[in-house]
Amino acid sequence: MKIFQQGFKSLALALLVFLPASVFAITTASGEGEVDTKMEVEDYILHHLKDSHDFSLFSYTNGEGERVHVGFPLPVIVWSSEGLVTFMSSEFHHNDDGGVIVEKGGLKFAKIHSKIYELEQGATTVSFDAEHHATNGTKVLDFSITKSVFGILVIGLLMLFWFSRLASQYKKKQIPTGFGRVLEPLVLYVRDEISRPNIGEKHYRRFTGYLLTVFFFIWILNLVGLTPLGFNVTGQLAVTACLAIFTLVIYTVSGNKDYWMHIFWMPGVPILIRPVLAIIELAGALIIKPFSLLVRLFANISAGHIVLMSLIAIMFTLKESLGVVGATGLSFVLSFFILLIELLVAFLQAYIFTMLSALFIGMAVAEHDHEHEHDAHGHEAPDAEDVRGDFI
Amino acid sequence: MDKLLNDFSPGLFVVSTILLLALIALMVKFAWKPILTSLNEREEGIQGALDAAEKAKREMANLQADNQKLLQEARLERETMLKEARELKTKMIADAEAEAKTQANKMIAQAQEAITSEKKAAMAELKSHVAGLSIEIAEKVVRNELSNKDKQLALVESMLGEATLN
Repeated sequence: MKIFQQGFKSLALALLVFLPASVFAITTASGEGEVDTKMEVEDYILHHLKDSHDFSLFSYTNGEGERVHVGFPLPVIVWSSEGLVTFMSSEFHHNDDGGVIVEKGGLKFAKIHSKIYELEQGATTVSFDAEHHATNGTKVLDFSITKSVFGILVIGLLMLFWFSRLASQYKKKQIPTGFGRVLEPLVLYVRDEISRPNIGEKHYRRFTGYLLTVFFFIWILNLVGLTPLGFNVTGQLAVTACLAIFTLVIYTVSGNKDYWMHIFWMPGVPILIRPVLAIIELAGALIIKPFSLLVRLFANISAGHIVLMSLIAIMFTLKESLGVVGATGLSFVLSFFILLIELLVAFLQAYIFTMLSALFIGMAVAEHDHEHEHDAHGHEAPDAEDVRGDFI
Repeated sequence: MDKLLNDFSPGLFVVSTILLLALIALMVKFAWKPILTSLNEREEGIQGALDAAEKAKREMANLQADNQKLLQEARLERETMLKEARELKTKMIADAEAEAKTQANKMIAQAQEAITSEKKAAMAELKSHVAGLSIEIAEKVVRNELSNKDKQLALVESMLGEATLN
């Protein structure tokens, strides 16, 4: 573990040394890119919600009327008709409407609304139809290290660093010190409040690792999304779909006989209704449950980002009617309060996703024999007593 | 819906799937497994310590109760022993007194008996001695009296004279 920590430290050091020198690119482009009007704000928000191919921190217009972008490019990796093609996203020069064509290996690529298109042979510019869809290009499979992938990598490494350090602390002492003391109650919370009560004493240990990973992954990325770094990882459908499908696979694979019995041939229901119920149950288990998981997380985080950015944009949009001070003050107050709510939502969505995953897994591994039911009932009474005890 | 599908990036889906699978595997191996094992061990340790303390407390209480009981028993036993001893003492004294009295009575009786018999023997001896003495005296007197004929005759005469008077 020591070697790993030192490795991490030297990696961080290398990043610190290299970032300003080579990776942090300050690039200039023509005057476009200023966000001032209502339309531009809307475009900017929609653009932000999408994944992006470079990591831009902020932009400003310098004295010569040039737009300066501060950030760093990320590698673009696409699977084109000729195989894998890679180049840095800086080659697009922050262009996002197909205006800049990148030629690599005899193929032409254009970036339109955060999607990379491969142009047809012989075409030199992108032509659009009435609905602004590219007509002479096809979307390529894009495995780029986009901003979201970058976020996943950074947070993944951070989680690995934090929690493996916490794990190594237990080798020497019973009670962790430092940051581990903050992490331990969170781990205990997920284990004791989410995993154990929903999955049950017998099986919870097998799934707690997955639930803990998902909980911290979603929570930390939700929080990072609220910072001015502008990550929107948990607001990407692809990421939430990926998480939801993991949960689907886990509860489908670990479902026991009772679980499938309750899906395909529900006991205690008239025979004629059973096939109908089977269809509903099957749809519920394979489609509705994961779909609700992925849409809930995606929609909540996207909505949060839209609301927060819209409130910040009051600064520009209401500048004329309220004056600079009034618009800025209103924007500050409103966005401050919505940020507080979003902090809560960040935790809540991580909790709900993990909680529902645990619940679905718990339903799949629950044992329905009578003895168990009796046992569960027997446990209920003291629980109720405990709850009442807490209230008094 | 169309827009949502358009926003969905298959490439990002593949990349995030791979990254997340790796993250879950690494986290489980290097973080969650050791953390959960240590937490469980710690909790079991705490539970064990609490149980042991509870047990020790119970044993202590048991021991104390035992001690109390033993003390009580010892006290009771002492009491009984003292009582018995006291009774024994009284009885022994009474016995000794009775024995002594009977012995004394017996001795007194024996002494009295011995005195009586000694007295009788002495009396008998005295009697026989007195009788012998008397006879000896009488013999001596008679011999003296009858040493000459005149005197013998005078005696017979006096005696006869007395006898005639009657």
